[in-house]
Amino acid sequence: MGDVKGLGELERTVMEVLWHRDNGATAREVSRALADDRDLAHTTVMTVLDRLAKKGFLVREREGRAWRYRPIATKEAYVAELMLGALNMTGDRDAALAHFARSVSGDEVELLRRVLDEVEGT
Amino acid sequence: MTGTALLALVAAGSALGAHLLTRARWTWRTPRTAIVLWQALGLAWGLASIGTLLGFGVAPYDDGVVAGIGRSLRDPRPLSPIHLAALAAGLTLALMLLGVLMVAIAGVVRARRRHRALLALVAHGDPEVPGTLVVDHPVAAAYCVPGVRSQVVVSAGTLELLGPYELAAVLAHERAHARERHDLVLLPFTSLRRMLPQSRTVARTLDAVELLIEMAADDRARRHRPAKELATALLRFASAGSAPSPVGTLGIIAADETNPILVRVRRLLTPDPLPRRVRGAMLAGATLVATLPLILYALPA
Repeated sequence: MGDVKGLGELERTVMEVLWHRDNGATAREVSRALADDRDLAHTTVMTVLDRLAKKGFLVREREGRAWRYRPIATKEAYVAELMLGALNMTGDRDAALAHFARSVSGDEVELLRRVLDEVEGT
Repeated sequence: MTGTALLALVAAGSALGAHLLTRARWTWRTPRTAIVLWQALGLAWGLASIGTLLGFGVAPYDDGVVAGIGRSLRDPRPLSPIHLAALAAGLTLALMLLGVLMVAIAGVVRARRRHRALLALVAHGDPEVPGTLVVDHPVAAAYCVPGVRSQVVVSAGTLELLGPYELAAVLAHERAHARERHDLVLLPFTSLRRMLPQSRTVARTLDAVELLIEMAADDRARRHRPAKELATALLRFASAGSAPSPVGTLGIIAADETNPILVRVRRLLTPDPLPRRVRGAMLAGATLVATLPLILYALPA
């Protein structure tokens, strides 16, 4: 579990827990929510929460002696951000990602569909 | 002075060559060699433009670019303000070209890090497509996050849209991008575009190189998958994103000749690669173009 891949998987799991709660959660609450699925050390959960906060995915505020963590954005917002990059719609043309094909618009769609029919017919 | 005049000639010649090459279609018959030719032209243009300014700056020594710069550091007295201005302009151009490239690299690294971090949070694996990440979104998307450890990503919309063979062809295409590091090929051209956003030749150059890169990836994918699967995947994929146009609109004929998707489909279905000796000649030409400015730099007088 100490390897990078395990930690990434854990970050996903912890984010899922937080996304399903309206009011965020403390490390203790996250540990409890995960207790059924996996046996995690409480310190591990604290480490993961701290990492996610440092990466800018969570905000935290004091609650007594503990921290309460909240997601900065919804899961849908992150999916939308990924798709903007994936569809090359971020505005600037850079070499960050390699796309399969840009989708076309308007009149060209008709033409492509017609050609597709022809090609499939052969 | 001869060396400087020749450098100016190379700078102008490579710009003219780029202009002509943006209109060329024979390059589609050998995309990989054409990419090398583009890189050589770009390098030659940069080196020769810088060299022309520097060479003019140190012209009073009559000793060539490299030796002239050496002598100007020891004894700048023979240089008039005009010569000094040319030297400064040459250095500025060199620093600017390097600077935009660095900024572009930093931007790409940052964008990829963010993208990978988001993928780690919301994308998931799928037993149907091992080694590929899936993002749950209905719109079709397929791409690769290049890098030392590159990652191919598809959306749920793509899995929905394409059959298993078409999907395999798309994944082969994306892996080709990752394997041949096409992102590194593209980087100098996108950064040049950022430096000269108004230049139509630079814009067309970027279009041409992008298309050649796609063709190179198509060619590699075709080694592993039937070309027809890739062609139908391309057509299905590109026409899936948007709504159909209103009935009766024109413009279809105009789109036919230059539409990058159709161009790719056509060459997938009826490949017509250039003979080996032509490609060899192109590579020799590219080598000459790229090394010529360096030889002229060293040329005395």
